[in-house]
Amino acid sequence: MSTNFFFKNQALVRRFAFFALALMTVGLTACSSGVKLDDVDENAKSGSNSSGSVDSKFANQPWNDPKSPIYNKSFYFDFDSYTVKSSDQALIDAHAKFLKANKNYRISIQGNTDDSGTSEYNLALGQKRSEAVRKMLSLLGVPDAQMEAVSFGKEKPKSPNADDAGRADNRRADIAYQ
Amino acid sequence: MELLKSKYRFVKAIPALLSPIYLFVVFGISLGVSSLSLAQMQIEISGVGQSLYPIAVTSFVAENNLPSKVTDVVRSDLVNTGKFFNIDPGSTVQGISETPDLSFWSARRAQALAIGDVKSLPGGMFEITYRLYDTVKKESLGGTTVQVSTQDLRRAGHAIADDIVQRLTGERGIFSTRLSYITKNNKQYQLMISDSDGQNSRVALTSIEPIISPVWSPDGKNVAYVSFETKKPVVYVHELATGKRIVLANQKGNNSAPAWSPDGSKLAISLSRDGNTQIYSLNADGSNLKRLTAGSAVDTEPQWSRDGRSIYFTSDRGGSPQIYRMSSDGETFGNASRVTFKHSYATSPRISPDGKSLAYIARSGGYKLQLLDLKTGDVVGLTQTNHDETPSFAANGKFILYATRIGSRNVLAAVSIDGSVKQTLSIPGSDVREPAWGPFMN
Repeated sequence: MSTNFFFKNQALVRRFAFFALALMTVGLTACSSGVKLDDVDENAKSGSNSSGSVDSKFANQPWNDPKSPIYNKSFYFDFDSYTVKSSDQALIDAHAKFLKANKNYRISIQGNTDDSGTSEYNLALGQKRSEAVRKMLSLLGVPDAQMEAVSFGKEKPKSPNADDAGRADNRRADIAYQ
Repeated sequence: MELLKSKYRFVKAIPALLSPIYLFVVFGISLGVSSLSLAQMQIEISGVGQSLYPIAVTSFVAENNLPSKVTDVVRSDLVNTGKFFNIDPGSTVQGISETPDLSFWSARRAQALAIGDVKSLPGGMFEITYRLYDTVKKESLGGTTVQVSTQDLRRAGHAIADDIVQRLTGERGIFSTRLSYITKNNKQYQLMISDSDGQNSRVALTSIEPIISPVWSPDGKNVAYVSFETKKPVVYVHELATGKRIVLANQKGNNSAPAWSPDGSKLAISLSRDGNTQIYSLNADGSNLKRLTAGSAVDTEPQWSRDGRSIYFTSDRGGSPQIYRMSSDGETFGNASRVTFKHSYATSPRISPDGKSLAYIARSGGYKLQLLDLKTGDVVGLTQTNHDETPSFAANGKFILYATRIGSRNVLAAVSIDGSVKQTLSIPGSDVREPAWGPFMN
């Protein structure tokens, strides 16, 4: 619809004015109901880029290619454990190799816990998991500037904590390429 | 006129639709006050003590001119303490210009009587004056006058209830204090600020990422919290009146567990910028960052002692998480000493307003709220629930607010420090968590 046509019609102009007013009202209402953070895109919304999920912005990247050695980005931990399993050594090696060859990529390593225990302490425990992964990558020569170990604690469970399998799924650190 | 019998003594649930507060909310919206939340908190109170103090609060003269009844707020506040019992005043309207017939009220077993007047002032303001009487000794106990706008009528009710409690028990009332908590609906998190009874809630922040650990500044003007809105935990200080926020700490790694110093000039926080989670202090504007702990384990959840000289914190330096205490200048100024011994898991320390007790969460069957007498070392479990978290003392130290789970629902609960009175605060259809009880406001 051209602007010309739009303003030729008085009724439409009035409707537009009403609409603008309505928008303003909505805006004011939003102001009075506290700070609203901008929505982030759907990719960011889904949280971690754990194995199997494809991030459209990076669709062609090797970490989103099921045949790539760095497609798997999740490290699982035993109950009350904060050491990377020896069976994950090959996966650590693959990510380290990729990061060293691609210095322009950064990763966030995101630690998680199951829901037993209190929020802040679990946040620290999740960080112990992401830090364990970060240290191993660091030992393999990945520069610190390319990595950040953070934690979601028990705040963003991937699976419901309803049973042992779900809780095991949440004792995890994910690598998210950025 | 009829006495309300013992049903008040055990459980009192206020259904949202029948609540006078609900009516106020509807009215408020038609006046264009749109920041009130529709999701109303429901309160359930139980385990009330044996000797309830019977009081009659009559309707105030010209109270019908108000959009909602102030005396309903007063009566509800009094019941919520678990210490008072409302004698039904029936349709009695009693003003302060006439001396009330105190024998009439003592015959109805009311030991105290509150009466009052409402006066309309120019500019949509109201002046509410009330008087309190001892019906047994037949004497006046004084009263107070509150001037409020239509939007602040509940505040007037809370101020009057605070005054009644102060005059009858000598304890400072907490009805005028506020709560903060986080609600979760589907994938939306909101930081809410409400009256002490969970009503009159306002949204301070909406996010699609988690928000945890809100804490009030000592002057009640700011709330510090941890928000994951940038995909990592970052600490913000949020000014409630303006909605203005500053990033207090956004270091590499985790930024979490904010706690205000007693004078409000500093905060202690946890950072993982050096690998493991350690405790730091910094000024309230984010400057002058100093590391306080020097361990290789987890040190987190700092809490200032009331005199500002010590910091209590959670550490797993001994293998399992326990609560320790160190100098607020840091561990290098004297060794940290262990404070909790009874349980294999102790986290979330909170110091009582008088500095004499420590509330914390221990693993004991489930995760349960404990109260430690710092002088004697005695520990009392205050709850029977299994998912207690985030304890927070009322400003007068008489109640502890905490998050817990009932069935599969996340709710808030408050327990008196002697464990006798329990309240549950829930919002139908919403998860409620991470509560913090605000300070006295004057």
